[in-house]
Amino acid sequence: MPVDIDIAKVANLARLALSEEELAAYGTQLEDILEHAERVQALPTDGVEPTSHPLPMVNGFRPDERTESLEPESFLSEAPDAEDGQFRVPRILE
Amino acid sequence: MADLADLTIAEAGRGLRAGDFTAVDLLDAVTKRATMTEAQLHAYLTLDSGGARAAAEKADADLASGDDHGPLHGIPVALKDNMVTKGVETTASSQILAGWKPPYDGTAVARLKAAGAVITGKTNLDEFAMGSSTENSAFGPSRNPWDHTRVPGGSSGGSAATVSVGSAFGSFGSDTGGSIRQPAALCGVVGMKPTYGMVSRYGLIAFASSLDQIGPFSRTVEDSALLLDAVAGWDRMDSTSIDGDVPAFSGSLSKGVEGLRIGLVTELMGEGIDPQVKAAVTAMADKLAGAGAEVIEVGLPASEYALSAYYLIAPAEASANLARFDGVRYGHRTEHLEGTTEDMMAMSRAEGFGPEVIRRILLGTYALSAGYYDAFYGQAQRVRTLMRNDFASAYEQVDVLISPTSPTTAFPVGERAADPIAMYYSDVCTIPSNLAGDPAISVPVGLDDQRLPIGFQIMAPALGEEVMYQVAAEVERLAGFTDRAPLATSEVVHP
Amino acid sequence: MSIDSVTPLNAGGWEAVIGLETHVELSTASKMFCGCRADIPEEPNTACCPVCLALPGALPVPNEQAIEGIVRIGTALGCEINETSLFYRKNYFYPDLPKNYQISQYTFPVAEHGALEIDVEGEPFTVGITRVHMEEDTGKSTHVGDGGGRIHDASHTLLDFNRAGVPLVEIVTEPDIRTPEQARAYGAELQRVVLALGVSDAKLEAGSMRFDANVSVRRPGEEFGTRTETKNVNSLRSLQRAVAFEIERQIAVLESGGTIVQETRHWNEDTGKTSSMRTKEESEDYRYFQDPDLLPLSVDETWRLRAVEALPELPGAARTRFRDAGVDPVNAETLLDNPALAALFTDAVAAGAPGRLVANWLTGEVIAQLRRDEVDVSDTSLSSSHLVELASMVDGGDLSSSAAKDVLTRAMAGEGTPRAIAEANDLLQVSDTGAIEEVVEQVLVDNPDALEKVRSGDMKPLGFLTGQVMRQMGGKADPKVVQQVLRAKTQGE
Ligand SMILES: [Zn+2]
Repeated sequence: MPVDIDIAKVANLARLALSEEELAAYGTQLEDILEHAERVQALPTDGVEPTSHPLPMVNGFRPDERTESLEPESFLSEAPDAEDGQFRVPRILE
Repeated sequence: MADLADLTIAEAGRGLRAGDFTAVDLLDAVTKRATMTEAQLHAYLTLDSGGARAAAEKADADLASGDDHGPLHGIPVALKDNMVTKGVETTASSQILAGWKPPYDGTAVARLKAAGAVITGKTNLDEFAMGSSTENSAFGPSRNPWDHTRVPGGSSGGSAATVSVGSAFGSFGSDTGGSIRQPAALCGVVGMKPTYGMVSRYGLIAFASSLDQIGPFSRTVEDSALLLDAVAGWDRMDSTSIDGDVPAFSGSLSKGVEGLRIGLVTELMGEGIDPQVKAAVTAMADKLAGAGAEVIEVGLPASEYALSAYYLIAPAEASANLARFDGVRYGHRTEHLEGTTEDMMAMSRAEGFGPEVIRRILLGTYALSAGYYDAFYGQAQRVRTLMRNDFASAYEQVDVLISPTSPTTAFPVGERAADPIAMYYSDVCTIPSNLAGDPAISVPVGLDDQRLPIGFQIMAPALGEEVMYQVAAEVERLAGFTDRAPLATSEVVHP
Repeated sequence: MSIDSVTPLNAGGWEAVIGLETHVELSTASKMFCGCRADIPEEPNTACCPVCLALPGALPVPNEQAIEGIVRIGTALGCEINETSLFYRKNYFYPDLPKNYQISQYTFPVAEHGALEIDVEGEPFTVGITRVHMEEDTGKSTHVGDGGGRIHDASHTLLDFNRAGVPLVEIVTEPDIRTPEQARAYGAELQRVVLALGVSDAKLEAGSMRFDANVSVRRPGEEFGTRTETKNVNSLRSLQRAVAFEIERQIAVLESGGTIVQETRHWNEDTGKTSSMRTKEESEDYRYFQDPDLLPLSVDETWRLRAVEALPELPGAARTRFRDAGVDPVNAETLLDNPALAALFTDAVAAGAPGRLVANWLTGEVIAQLRRDEVDVSDTSLSSSHLVELASMVDGGDLSSSAAKDVLTRAMAGEGTPRAIAEANDLLQVSDTGAIEEVVEQVLVDNPDALEKVRSGDMKPLGFLTGQVMRQMGGKADPKVVQQVLRAKTQGE
């Protein structure tokens, strides 16, 4: 199965601003990699349940208890831009 | 006296308590070793001299006042730079995190500090642990201590190299598809990946969450167990950490292999494996048989598909894990701010991530996208089930499985950099354990004809660390591998 | 029964099809996946940690109490609680979403296949519940610049992540709703259910309960039309208005030969209109996959049974109980929305007071007085025993119904028990027939013309004569007794 990827759409979904040349190069590489995945696709797996997690455990809850939050300065000082105790970003499209 | 930097952790611990030397002496020894080797190796990204000295002085003071924190007390330990360290720059070797000083310690880091370990600094890796050579670091590649023209393996190449040359007594890395075991093999040290959930992932910058595990590098199997003892066990901050008692792994190392059943994995001794590597593994299998183990050949048919399945699952998870790097709250933000926040995010990400990371994000995004999910990600997860089933049947016949760790010894810098698929093949022997969530360890068993180390892998069922260490200790004894990477300064090779 | 016979049609024979998605923030102590406080402090970014800021390396750990909350909601809505349910990552980039994916659910939500019985102006109506799933809230953006907070005119945006990670339950209905009134009644009933469970403060104006309305129109019996999703609806009234507007708008578009665009629309409270939000170029592709940081949720039989046993009386049952006690439908709804008054009602009726009368007082004088004084009923001295005593005084003829209202407000003000108040203020009425007969005889003597008319069969002056008697007795006679006596005296001789 030849793999045909709409690489511009994928890059947009992944929020990566790539040039036309970059898109073309990545597109080719992805197609190569996915052709290797063909063997996997051809493998008969009818009735095989997918494994999404290696552990046979459930829940892993924590009790509804408060723990200390961070001092805002400890993370705002690492922010690219901050103003009045908040993170600052350019205007938002939607 | 021999150079302190060449001691094992166990030896250093005894000397400290006997008053032969201090934790500051140990730190000075590894610092001196780093000064000798870093120009060639670039194993460290950050040396936290101030923090390390303060920790060593405190370790000495504590010990003097009778406050002994255990086997790692005063021991210099290095951490892969994808382990979050409070106040110490943590980058995962990515430009997108350059300069980031975290406001918290990851759980493994906090436990090491509590165990009295002296954190020397942060080691180099393939960006976000994506790679098998440590060439994909935004801050320049690391080199193999045995041959500076070759790679140390990856992604935890820096951590492997520090232990190999003695610029740390032990170190930690993360293993998603072999990123501890493969560089351990290529650098001639012991590298171990615990059972998934054995060590908390809290504070490990995620690559592929269902596969990532933190584990130790060391010069001996005993040191490996001591390092694991300090970090293993349930953590309330990681829902996927295993709840239950953890045995002291350092307690079960001298039992030998008499009566154990050991399976040599047929599919991992095939045509892609270098003949010298294959010969070394076969020789060790024979020695194990000679030591009283029953060694048989065992098949893991699904392992033929493991690599392809891994290269769908890991990028898919990574594509979501790396979405948080967007230039909003931390890390790199583009200079081009004339557009909207959406533009800012897309440009910051494109500028901040290196090519291998972008390649895998795109691959994972595609594999999860509408219309392809079942064919790629869903199918890969079903292969994962087949892999687990294969292991389950194998462990009905044997106690542990053995194989090469890496199909080849250390390869030249640049050899596979332009060919992602050739690079991906480096992990063919290690990936099955990650898919299954099982523990595995690489132990050096010899050198090839170019004096490059060969790693021998022992795999065990989930929570089978004790039997795994038991066999590893015997392999170490049988191999008698005492060679060390040459410390003589060779010429600096620039990429 | 065919759809046509039950479905209210709009002008031109159009039928509206409405489904609602409701988000409810749970009032747990801590957030969904971290220990930060969940009550959203005002000072920005003061309830944030590595987890809810999505710092590198942080991991989510689910809050057991939040799962308990959603299990209770699912149980109250008659849903099947899935023994195993799964957390998924819903991937989309947005600056107020720290991880750039939201932890949510996809296949196998906590609860599904339920129903909520609602009451639309006295008529029962059932709304199917498709699913109830667990997710986390986003942060808050403030758009700064010349545009007065409007997003398009903002120069930049500030982000506060206090709300990020607050537990959020999404409740999705089947497209069963047909009218704006039904939509509002569903919203009101769901709010009551959530409040009765005590799992959320469900404040629409504060955003702890929010509605998205999916609306389409069609000819009855045809396939569903293209739907729009209206957001920013933050009161029950605006829910009704927004749905009504959207129905009319879609009908107008279709009747003028246009087509409906599938899109997200924004309700503007001031203009009373919905407007199209700028849509992204391509449709969303959320790339859902099971979150590997989280284990499957397991709600076993014991837990499910415990949730059933822990259910409080739900509004549907309370409504039936109120109506069975003789409360009229409008007052029953008022009681449902005022739990403190409903509690007084319940206690008073249990002690033997007549439901209808007590409900009239509570939903009339009592509420009016509370509104005047801007207080809660708990701030007043009113008790259920006051209501019982008052009702028995009216029933026994000791107090006129108008005097009872006076006594009631005085009891609220703490002037004492109803009987003490009535005595102290000389409000007890005379129902002693002898005393009334005396006055009646005098009035008949004083008004011979009226007496004559009544005797000749013209009953009109009877009211006038009653009034005369009441006036002479200072309003303290029982008017029923006065009328009885008057009839006896005018007809009997
Ligand atoms: Zn938090």
